[in-house]
Amino acid sequence: MSQNVFAPWDDPNAKPLIRFQNVTKRFGEFVAIDDLTLDIFEQEFFALLGPSGCGKTTMMRMLAGFENISAGRIELSGQDIGKVPPNKRAVNMMFQSYALFPHLSVWENIAFGLKRDRKSKEQIDARVAEMLKLTRLEKFAHRKPHQISGGQRQRVALARSLAKAPKLLLLDEPLGALDKKLRQDTQFELMDIQEQTGTTFVIVTHDQEEAMTVASRVAVMDEGRIIQVATPSAIYEYPNSVYVADFIGDVNIIEGKAKPAGEELFHLEWAEGRAPVKAASQQPFSEGQTAHLAIRPEKIRISTEKPEEAVNLFEGKVLDIAYLGNLSTYHVELPSGQVIKAQTANTRRLARRDITWEDPVWISWSATAGVMLDR
Amino acid sequence: MRRLSWFNVTSLTLGFAFLYLPMVILIIYSFNASKLVTVWAGFSTRWYGELIQNEAFLDAAWVTLKVAVISSTLATVLGTMAAYTLVRGGRFFGRTLFSGMIYAPLVMPEVITGLSLLLLFIGIGLDRGVLTIVLAHTTFSMCYVSVVVSSRLISFDRSLEEAALDLGASPFDAFRLVTLPIIAPAVISGWLLAFTLSLDDLVIASFTAGPSATTLPIKIFSAVRLGVSPEINALSTIMIAIVTVGVLTASLVSKRASLRQQQDAQAAERATG
Repeated sequence: MSQNVFAPWDDPNAKPLIRFQNVTKRFGEFVAIDDLTLDIFEQEFFALLGPSGCGKTTMMRMLAGFENISAGRIELSGQDIGKVPPNKRAVNMMFQSYALFPHLSVWENIAFGLKRDRKSKEQIDARVAEMLKLTRLEKFAHRKPHQISGGQRQRVALARSLAKAPKLLLLDEPLGALDKKLRQDTQFELMDIQEQTGTTFVIVTHDQEEAMTVASRVAVMDEGRIIQVATPSAIYEYPNSVYVADFIGDVNIIEGKAKPAGEELFHLEWAEGRAPVKAASQQPFSEGQTAHLAIRPEKIRISTEKPEEAVNLFEGKVLDIAYLGNLSTYHVELPSGQVIKAQTANTRRLARRDITWEDPVWISWSATAGVMLDR
Repeated sequence: MRRLSWFNVTSLTLGFAFLYLPMVILIIYSFNASKLVTVWAGFSTRWYGELIQNEAFLDAAWVTLKVAVISSTLATVLGTMAAYTLVRGGRFFGRTLFSGMIYAPLVMPEVITGLSLLLLFIGIGLDRGVLTIVLAHTTFSMCYVSVVVSSRLISFDRSLEEAALDLGASPFDAFRLVTLPIIAPAVISGWLLAFTLSLDDLVIASFTAGPSATTLPIKIFSAVRLGVSPEINALSTIMIAIVTVGVLTASLVSKRASLRQQQDAQAAERATG
């Protein structure tokens, strides 16, 4: 398995399917996309993730051809598509609102794009049947969009956008309108369909869990710029900035002054008169440089008794407990006033767990548990 | 059913009497056997028979119908195009001015519209007849169509058009296959509005009609100036009947369509929980 990992972005010879070159998009004075450069490879499931207004939807609309580019160049398979109108692009889009044609049946919706290509009746019939099968909609072929449920509509929209076998499929918040349970099922369905068809998917979402679940790579965006592009695990474990660490999942940020303490090891002076935090970092920090240690709550151990050995060990008091069923997050207040979140899996039944509010506890973590960030 | 209070009953009666009493009287007198309009002399359909014999009225009715159909169709095409451009065209130079100018004829006194059209037709040497009435009616009913259609277009989900383009439809195909079918009810009601406006217009028609062509309202108006004849009552009754049937059919059809859509949507929700 590890021999065949899908990672064209690490291959310097791989040709990207989409290439953004210094793309800028302005709406009047407002800069929606700021000098952005990005490669997306064939068969990728690429997620654009960011808060609303970060420019992710604008990027998608530029790929579909609904927005012009103010400066720069977008290539699809090596060809500049800046001047190509949307109806001439081998790119299809699944709209957030699904945009199903209300006056056409499910079958006609899926056949719409095929008919525009002047395909023969047999070809259209065969392709629509294939798409209906893929999305398990055979029974609903002759219903109108308002006669089916939200989840089915979502699948019709997907079938319609896949029917023309585009080089690139754009998905604009495709699961936003579904409830949580259905959304999770559909995420796996999407991944299966992406694998079966081999189409390159670009998905726009503000839901970080969704991006992490489905994507081969995630781009975290903010204010028209890409902050980090990496695989979901790299984004989570090795964020390149406080912004990314904070945007993806839950995190504790400890700010302090770095002090080199051996090979790839640093001490972080974070509170007057207290023991420094020891942390490993491949990125060098100079003496006295401001650094942020980002550490995930689940990497912090919490116990009522003082652990024998721990690289970083602090005493505190439980301020709050967030019980999520499978997990509990403890908010531990240190004497300095800083609150650290520690998370444990609830492997025992509730009655037998021993930490409660106001309890004095010990929190500890290893030198490699967190990431040191300079911004 | 809830019982209405005496106050509601009274106000309802008064209101409807105010609206419909004149018409009811007109319909009753159209079946009057007497030649005198105000004296009842028993039931008869004689005036309907005489109406069919009256060539002048039939000619005028035919002209009116022709004018109404052609002008409302033209107005619908032009008005829909104007609405589409104003709603979808984005911010082009002079957009506010244009959209203001589209609505201006709505508040313009008809006399002024009629007079200015008359001057135009004389100026360019166009003989007054069916053509000039059609042009005049198209001009003034087009803005009504544009108002009706643009209000529908504003609430129209733009991503539907984008989806059509995205699937490879040319902009014209996207309009023809997606936008038009969806806004069709608004376009049809715009056409009906233009049709009715043209059908009962007297002022503008009297400015732009010539000796070769007269519309029914002009004919009726000039006939009444010489004294109300029972034939006119019969003619008016027929017109009321046509309009009533038209309005009832339109509202029934649209009510049934929306009811069915609602039931379907509810059924879909229930079936899938």
